[in-house]
Amino acid sequence: MSTAYQIVVCGSLVPDPLQTLEPVAGPSGPALKNEMMLPAVLDPWAGHALFEAAHLAKSAPGSKVWLVSLGPKAKLQQVMMTVAQKVPFELVALDGPAGGFTEAADVAAALADAINAIPGLDKSRLLVFGGWESASRGAGATMQIVGERLGVTNQFQGVDKLTVAADGSLEILERIEGGKHQVSKCAAPPAVLGWATGNLPEPPNNPQVGMMNMRVVMPALQRAKPAKVAAEGVKFASVTLPKQQRDTKIVKDVPAEEIARELVAWITKD
Amino acid sequence: METILVLAHTEADGSLAKAALEALGAAKSLGGAFVVGLVGENVQAAANNIASCGAAKFLGVTGAEFSQARYTTDAAAAEAVCKAAGAAIVIAPATSRWNRVLAGVAHRLGGRTDTHVTAVSAADGVVSVNRWYYRQRMEAVLQRTQRPWVIALEAGCCEAWKGSAGSAAVEAVAVTLTDACKQTTVTGVRAPAADQQTIRPDAKLLLVAGAGWTKTQPDGKTHTPEAEKLILDFLRQTQASLGSSKSLVDLSGEGQAVLTFMTHLHQIGQTGSTPRHPKGLSTCCHGEEPHTVGWRFINERRAIDLNPNCGWARGKADVLYVADAFAVMAKVNELLATAK
Repeated sequence: MSTAYQIVVCGSLVPDPLQTLEPVAGPSGPALKNEMMLPAVLDPWAGHALFEAAHLAKSAPGSKVWLVSLGPKAKLQQVMMTVAQKVPFELVALDGPAGGFTEAADVAAALADAINAIPGLDKSRLLVFGGWESASRGAGATMQIVGERLGVTNQFQGVDKLTVAADGSLEILERIEGGKHQVSKCAAPPAVLGWATGNLPEPPNNPQVGMMNMRVVMPALQRAKPAKVAAEGVKFASVTLPKQQRDTKIVKDVPAEEIARELVAWITKD
Repeated sequence: METILVLAHTEADGSLAKAALEALGAAKSLGGAFVVGLVGENVQAAANNIASCGAAKFLGVTGAEFSQARYTTDAAAAEAVCKAAGAAIVIAPATSRWNRVLAGVAHRLGGRTDTHVTAVSAADGVVSVNRWYYRQRMEAVLQRTQRPWVIALEAGCCEAWKGSAGSAAVEAVAVTLTDACKQTTVTGVRAPAADQQTIRPDAKLLLVAGAGWTKTQPDGKTHTPEAEKLILDFLRQTQASLGSSKSLVDLSGEGQAVLTFMTHLHQIGQTGSTPRHPKGLSTCCHGEEPHTVGWRFINERRAIDLNPNCGWARGKADVLYVADAFAVMAKVNELLATAK
């Protein structure tokens, strides 16, 4: 039995992981220094979710993928120039802050409203994908609240694999403690899947896919509704960079055997 | 002080995990009255084990349906316990099971959640939590006005409660489950064979293997099979846990011939885990500061790298051995074998 899925991927942008980040006090709470100037990328785990969604859509004819993304419009446009070349999707853009110090509940409310507003949405075929955590807030809370707001309570987090069985049920592998996976069987959609790394490598750029996507990305960005996202009720007493500098002792020009002895003594010392 | 609920689930054997006892220890450290809420197939044994903890009462949701770590039933159970306790602050261990549901539960209760919390404190009756943002790159201390406030406390951050067992009177909390709650069935756990499992959260040592193990060596060739043997021998002899830098697991995802036992589950750092171990040894890792957040919660750190300016080690490790990891680890394994 083949189901044509409606796969909605929630994913926003984060600063490029290689950028140096510094917190500053903004008018409405903490922010990043030069936040709007920092190069941005699609959140890595959301990226995995998007690639998994495209892979599933390809294997289930008639399926469609939407990417619902909340961020400053200009930054979204910049990130979409790259992401749009990877896999086919239709963008639903929301204009608002994408920083880590905003509330997951506010973001989830905006995302759920946007998903509910997708024309022709059929919840019996709906799979809501996203990263299980973001590389900004890193709370792992947004997807659950999106699910609750949509009334979807088959929820899975830390997903590494989704397999559709012949009867249409979904076998899902979620990360649990100790390098293990919990295996669950979900009878049918709708379901929320917060993806960990998944199994798929990042697809290569495909200019044809990029051109096709960009035809709808630009109008979607122009239509992007402002989203009210803040951190009401939260008082940040401090936001600091860790004191990470250690006084590293450099040991060089020492025979491997001597280093090994020192290491073994250190490892076996209680 | 507001009323606190310590919300925990039992393990498959009916016991409480160390992380649950840490959440209990954290709640006690705040100094106010607290209630314990337990969810599981049978919670009496777990309640008895913490009978002397000083809880004002014990609440329990029990039944076969609550033995499974499943969103629908766990969320319903947690919601019911929170409502029964009437607590303003809920402290729960950040296990995979609770992490799956707590945000949804907070939403149902009209409250908010903070996850991956690394410390909870109270001053003048005001509770604060510490948590990290941007993947462990900056730490915030924050307070909230919304209630209930559901706090998921990371494992290994607080002292676990210790005390004598006794007999606890557990007040049953009823939960009605609809058929929709049973659409998902947990069918099992998939894990490598015990002798092949290289992720050991309770290990005293974390070995981080970087991409350098798979690179061309001074003889102009790669020595991946030797690298595998060295790493696995070391892990077998020390019972250390294995972590990897992102680049190494990405190589395996791209189908290149690399360390066969390395998966995305081993990845530590920005898009991986940030494990907590007393000691860490990084080998052949490279990269700048953002990649080293996997080190954040390792107490004693040493590194082996041919590059004395390696971002993983300089300023991040206590000792950097500028040496060939192949040669050093071979000797380390020899010495460990001899010692045994």
